[in-house]
Amino acid sequence: MDLPQALQDWFDAQGWGLHPHQRAMLARAGDGATLLIAPTGGGKTLAGFLPSLSELADGRHQGLHTLYISPLKALTADIRRNLRRPVEGAGLPIRIEDRTGDTTYTQRRRQRADPPHILLTTPESLALLLSYEDAPRIFAGLRRAIVDEIHALAESKRGDQLMLQLARLETLSPGLRRVGLSATVEDPPALAAFLGAGTQVLQADPGPDPDIAMLITDAAPPWAGNGAHYAIPAILEQVKRHKTTLIFHNTRAQAEIFFHRLWLLNTDDLPIGIHHGSLSREQRDRVEQAMVDGRLRAIVCTGSLDLGIDWGDVDLVIQVGAPKNVKRLVQRIGRANHRYNAPSKALLVPANRFEVVECQAALQAVAAHQLDGEPRGPGPLDVLCQHILATACAAPFDGDALYAEVITAGPYAGLSRADFDGCLEFVATGGYALRAYDKWQRLMIRDGKWSLRDPRSAVVIRQNLGTIIDTETLKVRLKGRMGGTPLGEIEEAFASTLTPGDTFLIGGQVVRYDGLREMTVEVTRQPGRDPKVAVFSGTKFATSTQLSERILQIFQRGDWSDLPSHTADWLRLQTEVSQLPAPGRLLVESFGYEARQYLVLYGFAGRNAQQTLGLLATKRMEDQGLHPLGFVATDYATMIWGLDAVPDPAALLDRATLRADLEGWLGGNAVMKRTFRNVAIIAGLIERSHQGRRKSGRQATFSSDILYDTLRKYDAGHLMLAITRAEAMRGLIDFSRLEAMLERIGDRIDHVRLERPSPLAAPLFLEMGRVPVEGAGRERLAEDAAAQLMRDAGLS
Amino acid sequence: MGCGAALPSPQACGKAAAMYRFSLASAELCALPSGALHWPAERLLVVSDLHFGKSERLARRGGALLPPFETRDTLQRLDDDLEATGARVVICLGDSFDDLQAAEAMDGSDQLWLTRLMAGRDWIWIEGNHDAGPLALGGSHRAEVVIGPLAFRHIATAQTPEISGHYHPKLRLAGQARRCFLLDGARVILPAYGSYTGGLWSHDPALIALMQPDARAVAIGKTALPLPMPRKG
Repeated sequence: MDLPQALQDWFDAQGWGLHPHQRAMLARAGDGATLLIAPTGGGKTLAGFLPSLSELADGRHQGLHTLYISPLKALTADIRRNLRRPVEGAGLPIRIEDRTGDTTYTQRRRQRADPPHILLTTPESLALLLSYEDAPRIFAGLRRAIVDEIHALAESKRGDQLMLQLARLETLSPGLRRVGLSATVEDPPALAAFLGAGTQVLQADPGPDPDIAMLITDAAPPWAGNGAHYAIPAILEQVKRHKTTLIFHNTRAQAEIFFHRLWLLNTDDLPIGIHHGSLSREQRDRVEQAMVDGRLRAIVCTGSLDLGIDWGDVDLVIQVGAPKNVKRLVQRIGRANHRYNAPSKALLVPANRFEVVECQAALQAVAAHQLDGEPRGPGPLDVLCQHILATACAAPFDGDALYAEVITAGPYAGLSRADFDGCLEFVATGGYALRAYDKWQRLMIRDGKWSLRDPRSAVVIRQNLGTIIDTETLKVRLKGRMGGTPLGEIEEAFASTLTPGDTFLIGGQVVRYDGLREMTVEVTRQPGRDPKVAVFSGTKFATSTQLSERILQIFQRGDWSDLPSHTADWLRLQTEVSQLPAPGRLLVESFGYEARQYLVLYGFAGRNAQQTLGLLATKRMEDQGLHPLGFVATDYATMIWGLDAVPDPAALLDRATLRADLEGWLGGNAVMKRTFRNVAIIAGLIERSHQGRRKSGRQATFSSDILYDTLRKYDAGHLMLAITRAEAMRGLIDFSRLEAMLERIGDRIDHVRLERPSPLAAPLFLEMGRVPVEGAGRERLAEDAAAQLMRDAGLS
Repeated sequence: MGCGAALPSPQACGKAAAMYRFSLASAELCALPSGALHWPAERLLVVSDLHFGKSERLARRGGALLPPFETRDTLQRLDDDLEATGARVVICLGDSFDDLQAAEAMDGSDQLWLTRLMAGRDWIWIEGNHDAGPLALGGSHRAEVVIGPLAFRHIATAQTPEISGHYHPKLRLAGQARRCFLLDGARVILPAYGSYTGGLWSHDPALIALMQPDARAVAIGKTALPLPMPRKG
């Protein structure tokens, strides 16, 4: 296929020539499914659209032709602007619109009645669109579906849902062609299978290697902590030397604190902004606009800027804190220098001395072009349940036909009919062992087809579509007569720990908590005060197996001359005070600290497996009467604390006992409950709480933990529990990686009893995401707390 | 106030260590860790906000299909409490059923179970806002009832001393949310006894306005734990 003449003329006028992979996409325009892997800045989005523009150029196609799906709302608006330039420049008769949660009601209605040629949207908005009765009409003429940043979608249930939607679209419009776009793919054949059977991979020239190094500072990184504040002067120096710098952090809280500290030292008043998911929409828009206008020299940001908008002038990316995952690091590096065939420039800033080693390992991996990523399991059934429910909203369906359609989706290719029927049964009747009466039905068979018993329920079902589970958040506003300036959002759990007078950071400002008013946190500015740390967390991602192995290898080298001397010294100190973890052995440290007894297990098995180890070990401790109170797991260690010391750690790690415990234990723990909540919301068992409803619904909302406990007690074989278990085993529990680790170490356990935390253990005290152990120890603490409160009040 | 030193008699509360004893208008009462209130001298057990049939009501209205087990779960706890206390009089302080239709739609075996529990006992259903009006079950149906010095009604009023429910109070103790009793010199507010029930924080303005400044809370769960009523979020 050739470019239409008008478009070719416009490209010529701009002095643009097509890249080879853009030509290749045109040549393959007729292929059923293509996965294009091209570097950032290589014009891969345009490559995806070129066949559409060519086919639409003659103005003959009526209605929707191409659907573009991206993981980010911001990306759809940006792509619309970028695409309109050549389309309007060449005078092509092509209507391009976007449709997201932010699109107005009027426009959404109009789009349904009269769809544009090219619609840019997100998986969630597409799910909604497909759930309407008129979906067959809207999508009847659809020719192409383009999935942008497909590797990012494939990492979550949003991708599984999208693939089910593509299967649906294929039914509505047979012959639909698919295109997946990505810059960073560790396993192209696997991602191709995800997009659909028969997908061809098109690999563009990857471009030059990035210019990447560790930022060496005069000041040494601290022993512990994850703020990297020591490096702020050096970072400001780098910002001065470059046009525009993106400063990435791993969590929102870290970004906030860093930004605050940065401004205290920013004596040159460099214009620097902050961007993350907890800030209000207005604030993010303002920062994005300032960036587009070239008014900012740097942005402190989180994963919210991992993907998306093309900031043309970014010439340096700084990663603060260990990158944890080579793929994400490469993606972030790609945010700098969006020019084809120019190397991206990036600096890694370790936040503490352990992270110096992690950064070193990451540099090795990037140099070796070794991306990481865990293989994906089969498509999750909670997503399928939601898809079945959404399908019923659009129209009555035939069970056999829907099953045949679902197994054409890559992630569900291996789905058994029995599993499908289990999901259908759950959606229709709840799937409980106790069968109630006909009222206990959401779907009924009418004229041989499954349909909603009560068509009015479609409204509620549509409100609950999507696989993104938000943590409950509260808006934060400055106290003021006119409602106050919105600053952002904090998690409800964090808000509940605040008492009036407490200070915390949000939007780079220190504010004082004044009170809660109608679901809004009211605050006043408190410049110059020390903030109480905000614990709202950004995305958590685990250090990959590959990086963990590289770290252990660096430990064992004994020659650390390529590491900064402060880190080499620290590793030596660890060998003097205790010892360094070694492959094939398990280092265990124990010590007392501030009225608690600590046990640290350095398994290097990744965060999830270390978390499972924490859950199983604390259960054994509970059984042994050792009063564990909680634990925290990182990618390399599990730290458990409790009221009593553990005399024999090896006894906690007996593999046969651990495996036997797993079954019984899987039941009552907090991780399972958290997993259950997400599964139950996605599958449609629990409705999402909407801000408006929450106010009135005192008795309407009760904890999903109660449902979980009830199901376990009365219907242990229920589908929701099976899904929860499967998901936890694969994701949060990762028992296989734990077993592999225990297999490797055998009985080679080195227990070191210490007087105080070791250099390696110290950073664990600052880790977020502590898991409480709800056992006798906590009951004793609750009793003590209640008794103390009574005494303080002069009662008892 | 505070725990009495005397050992409980056999007909008094079962697990003496787990419960909390106090007095109101000279009546000696026990807050049980299950959320029931026991008055040993009257051989009386009080429970509030059972919300039988909650999942049935949601399903009927076309909402989510919750696990339909909350009624038997609640009945099991009630059965255990009756067994342990040997109570002869039972007062259900309203919102016993999620609505009147839920009472009619009660599963046959659950109905039999409830009937068995009611047999041989004085059973008083107080009307609530969810199930106002008479029910097709046995027992007596009252807007409120007075026994000795104490009035029993669904929603707290200014006529004290009284025992009421309705608000489903809860609090946070050592980082955990727990249902709780609220009590002061004039009244007791019971926690919700039903399995599928949410709660209202004790620091909610409605509860702060209702309770005296020296009010205390008794958190329930494995044991009943007394503490000053939390008034801040």
